[in-house]
Amino acid sequence: MSVPADLLFTKDHEWARIEGDTARIGVTHYAQDSLGEIVFVELPEVGRTIAAGGTFGSVESVKAVSDLFAPLSGVVAAVNKALVDTPETVNRDPYGDGWMIQVKLSDPAETAALLAPADYEKLLSEES
Amino acid sequence: MRYIPHTDDDIRVMLSRIGLADVSTLFDCIPKALQLQRDLDLPPPLSEPELERHLSNLAELNDGATMTSFLGGGAYRHHSPAAINQLLLRGEFFTAYTPYQAEVAQGTLQAIFEFQTMISRLFGLDVANASMYDGASATAEAVLMAARLRKGRKVLVAGSLNPSYRAVIETYTQFGDLELVTIPFGADGRIDRNALASMPVAEACAVVVASPNFFGVIEDLAALRAAVNGDAIFVVSFSEPLAYAMLRPPGACGADIAAGEGASFGLATSFGGPYLGLFATKKEFVRSMPGRLAGETVDTRGERGYVLTLSTREQHIRREKATSNICTNQALCALAASIYLSLHGKAGLPALAKLNRDLAQTAKAKLTAAGAALRFAAPTFNEFVMRLPRSAADVVAASRKQGLIPGLPLAGLDGFDDRDLLVCVTELNTTDDIDRLARIVREG
Repeated sequence: MSVPADLLFTKDHEWARIEGDTARIGVTHYAQDSLGEIVFVELPEVGRTIAAGGTFGSVESVKAVSDLFAPLSGVVAAVNKALVDTPETVNRDPYGDGWMIQVKLSDPAETAALLAPADYEKLLSEES
Repeated sequence: MRYIPHTDDDIRVMLSRIGLADVSTLFDCIPKALQLQRDLDLPPPLSEPELERHLSNLAELNDGATMTSFLGGGAYRHHSPAAINQLLLRGEFFTAYTPYQAEVAQGTLQAIFEFQTMISRLFGLDVANASMYDGASATAEAVLMAARLRKGRKVLVAGSLNPSYRAVIETYTQFGDLELVTIPFGADGRIDRNALASMPVAEACAVVVASPNFFGVIEDLAALRAAVNGDAIFVVSFSEPLAYAMLRPPGACGADIAAGEGASFGLATSFGGPYLGLFATKKEFVRSMPGRLAGETVDTRGERGYVLTLSTREQHIRREKATSNICTNQALCALAASIYLSLHGKAGLPALAKLNRDLAQTAKAKLTAAGAALRFAAPTFNEFVMRLPRSAADVVAASRKQGLIPGLPLAGLDGFDDRDLLVCVTELNTTDDIDRLARIVREG
């Protein structure tokens, strides 16, 4: 399974891409593959404050509704509105067009607690 | 599905597996003082004819069941065609089991789907679930749904809502962060629009109105909707759904949710129910809707089939984060309503509604001629409040002696006194019944 080298990960299978003082956030290839066909993505409003480890939305597949956990704390700066009409983009391109929110980070030091690509790959090999 | 109780052998095997000698030791954690320590004091067994006689004697004590009745107030007496019970008793339907498995429950799922279709059409909204417990809990669930959808924490509730519905909303919301605010009603029995204009609509997640309301009065829903601007969810509650066979449906008047009672559609007015909660809303809110939803689809061969849909948000999958904790299967009551609606059809239902309305209008005129006064001037459906020339309790007592229940006294309810009587007239009342009631009001 592909694990891009430029991302950081959570144990709950979200990813974060640090872009200056913001982070783009989505779910991993493994997450979308486990969930199956994604039919609905519920995302927060721009301006909402989210906390690392807290939920920021939910993703619904034909099998289940799962909470989305924030990798990092901050204020929601942008939301991928295209997912409202085409949630299946998360299945097709989880690291690209399937991104979910962009967050203006309140504590960039929190990135130290996230998993590096190698560590996430190790986690996946343990889970499978 | 056959019910097979545990045999003595089963019980012995289970006890030996967990290392206990006797079933009673399972109850050791209950203080001795609270344990009964003896068998229940039951009478000896009866033969079938003895049992029938015993039950008939008990049933006869319920003398109100055979009286001419003008009782409404949330439960409406309507004729239930014999075909309904005949069909409900079919083995394919007569089960409390929830039809999760599309592979074995196509007939039940199709019946549920058709129920939803009829209810959503009747109320002019995109989707209806199947179903809720009753009108009170359906209305309370509408409030919880609005609280999921909108940020406001106030809930504006019409003072003309059935008081027991109000009580259930209070129970559902008592430990949350919602604040209930009462919208007063005016002299004509409808919501006081001037009062509504000064209420905190902008801070509300829901505005709950009742039509027909507890006094039988019909609201101008479209005008109310226009008065409730902003993003509060506009909920229309009702306990007599038959009214919407002749009134403009809530959806067409801008309602976001129609929630109320469905027992009028073929269910008996038994003490304690079962009732049937109806719940319809717009498609955009479907993911926040409580309860069960059957959907139509195609199978692998392209043939029409039915499944439960969106159940990923229900409690058997999503546990404590479920949209609601509604799980009791009301399918049999919903089926009764579907059969009822199919039997009456698109022409029959409005005709029945009109008959109810016309008989009620006749009763209004005859009771007014007998010396009572109509309490509210606004239009009504099959129920209305009369102010009697004397105490309603006296009229109830005099009527009962003549085998008649004249209605529901409203003494004790805010804004009413001991002469106010809520009178309901349905197709089960004859003009002779109405004449008898008028005579009692006039003469005592």
